Amino acid sequence: MTATTTAGPRAERTLMEGSEALVRAAIAADCKFFAGYPMTPFTEVLEHFARLLPDVGGACVNAESELEAVGMAWGALATGARAATGSTGQGLSLMQESFSEITLAELPLVIFNMARGQQDYYQATRGGGHGDYRHIVLAPHDITEGVQLVQLAFHLADKWRNPVLIYGDYLLAHTQEAVAVEPIPYPSLPAKDWAVDGTASGSGHSRGVTPLGVAKHGQRAFGQEGRAQYAASKIPFMEREVRVETAYLDDAETVIVAFGTPSKFVRYAIGRLREAGHKIGMVRPITLWPFPYEVVRDAARGANVVGSFELCAGQMIDDVRIGVAGQAPVEFLGGVSTDGSGFGVGRLLDVDVIEERILAVHTGKPLGIIPGTDAFHYELAAHQQEATP
Amino acid sequence: MTTSHTLGPVLDTTRAPERARVVEPLLPDLLLTQQHHMCPGCGEPIAVRGFLEALTELGVAPRSIGVAGIGCYTSFSSTMDVDLVQALHGRAPSLATGVKRMRPDAVVFTLQGDGDMVNEGLQEVIHTAARGEKVTCILLNNGVFGETGGHMTATSVIGQRTKSSLDGRDAEYHGYPILIGDLIARLEGAAYVARGSVHNAGAVARTKKMFRRAFESQIRGEGFSFVEVLTMCPTGWFIPTGEGPGYMTETLGEVHVMGELKVDGHVRTTEELHAENVARQAEVEAQLAAGGVRE
Repeated sequence: MTATTTAGPRAERTLMEGSEALVRAAIAADCKFFAGYPMTPFTEVLEHFARLLPDVGGACVNAESELEAVGMAWGALATGARAATGSTGQGLSLMQESFSEITLAELPLVIFNMARGQQDYYQATRGGGHGDYRHIVLAPHDITEGVQLVQLAFHLADKWRNPVLIYGDYLLAHTQEAVAVEPIPYPSLPAKDWAVDGTASGSGHSRGVTPLGVAKHGQRAFGQEGRAQYAASKIPFMEREVRVETAYLDDAETVIVAFGTPSKFVRYAIGRLREAGHKIGMVRPITLWPFPYEVVRDAARGANVVGSFELCAGQMIDDVRIGVAGQAPVEFLGGVSTDGSGFGVGRLLDVDVIEERILAVHTGKPLGIIPGTDAFHYELAAHQQEATP
Repeated sequence: MTTSHTLGPVLDTTRAPERARVVEPLLPDLLLTQQHHMCPGCGEPIAVRGFLEALTELGVAPRSIGVAGIGCYTSFSSTMDVDLVQALHGRAPSLATGVKRMRPDAVVFTLQGDGDMVNEGLQEVIHTAARGEKVTCILLNNGVFGETGGHMTATSVIGQRTKSSLDGRDAEYHGYPILIGDLIARLEGAAYVARGSVHNAGAVARTKKMFRRAFESQIRGEGFSFVEVLTMCPTGWFIPTGEGPGYMTETLGEVHVMGELKVDGHVRTTEELHAENVARQAEVEAQLAAGGVRE
């Protein structure tokens, strides 16, 4: 387990939109190829790659669909280049087939998901494509951390020859922050002797990048099953890449788990509740896969209740329950909450509302229903049905 | 009986004959084995051999990268001595795009079947052509899903009996075949487009020329190049092996007309290609009548 600092770099900072900062971080990590299809709120990531990549000898292709975008990145990766694609959760749904195969082919793809809220948690952490595969999922809570995690993503992808997904959202992509993008030095990794560049063609030892386990004549053939076993064998090792931040856990009676940009609002609310004397602690998974089960388990020991705050109908709560392992009741205090456009975040990201809900869980009071949400309408409809003779 | 010519030396039968030796290499430089997993009568190995020989003859073998789709020819990915990326159904042109953008000096080609390219991957090949991506897409078109067992594809011709069009492809029910080469030839980004075949020696020789021209076009950086090859699939067509070439020319060949569909920016119509093929056939017959064929 590695602790990640949330302190920003000390170099001169520039006020920058999140999308641009993430793209500059990718270029600092030597990303040379990007392909994407515009979709809100991811679009600006594509725009900045299109503007900045040619200047560093790279290429950015405005693909005709998400299927093509991920395919192009796949081809670029096979040549040994650092490459990425991205979209919004909806677009990533279209890419899942290729994600499965890219993982089996052991290619280091980096995926920028600027999601519409947090309803893609299952998609990001459980996949959705076929076969046994895992992606390391990094969820920055702000742009400064995003700049660090994007560079980490490229390193981890190469280290494990496995896709890594950045779970961002509207806030991460579209707000501005004063940041400095500086290349982060990582230990060097083995040369990509598996990559194809054409030079081995005709030598009798030409190379193949394949998810199928088909090997060149005279070389070791995996077969489909063997290929899958080989690719899966690194999963227990990748599970050691857990990253997590904790706060106020020493005496916490209530523990709240939250991730991504909303977790910063949750942390602020907990800070205010702390000032008012409430013993509330927090666990913030930075890696959604691997999930910090052990940290949640330790935090739950001695706690009265553990709450999962997420802007969806409750997906991460499954992981929270696995971590808590029955040591304390687990309460859901998030909810589906988007703005009128459907792209941004909704009224549940109001610190007063968050504070009220955390306090309710902390004091064992029933959670109020957020006006305007589906839950409210269902409650209303059910009430009206019962009232009808 | 007396003869005017001198008899050769009488074979010495008291000792074993000299060991046989290879006078001409049978294996193209870019094939690792002469074995393949295709069915008897399949046209694909001939096509694969054709473009591998073309790469060698052009001297670009040590800088060629292939992208294979899914289908029967996927098994060639283990025996072609070419740096190769294995793609999914339909996705090869996109992968080739990524490969070429990162390795602009490489000669990049895709190898796909009609189910792969024209069914599932239609938009990929169209967009790659429209983008003028400097890659060569090779389509092995037999009008069926061969590997899955002979089902209708987007290129199956009207009347063609397949496992999923048992009474023959009916336009009212199944729609019309897509003439992918003709479609691509009309795109601005396509520099060279040709449709060959492997049903007889002459067709094989012409198809190999098409491969050479397509790769030369890519090397000159002119844009997208495309070679469609009509191949026999007696297994998928449910016909006797020996009838493959005849069935192919009478069914697929009548609709997907062979010839160079676009050269130097000039798109040729089906009528032009037909006329050209009829003239060539007449020439061949004339030569046959005169006692020899020159191809």
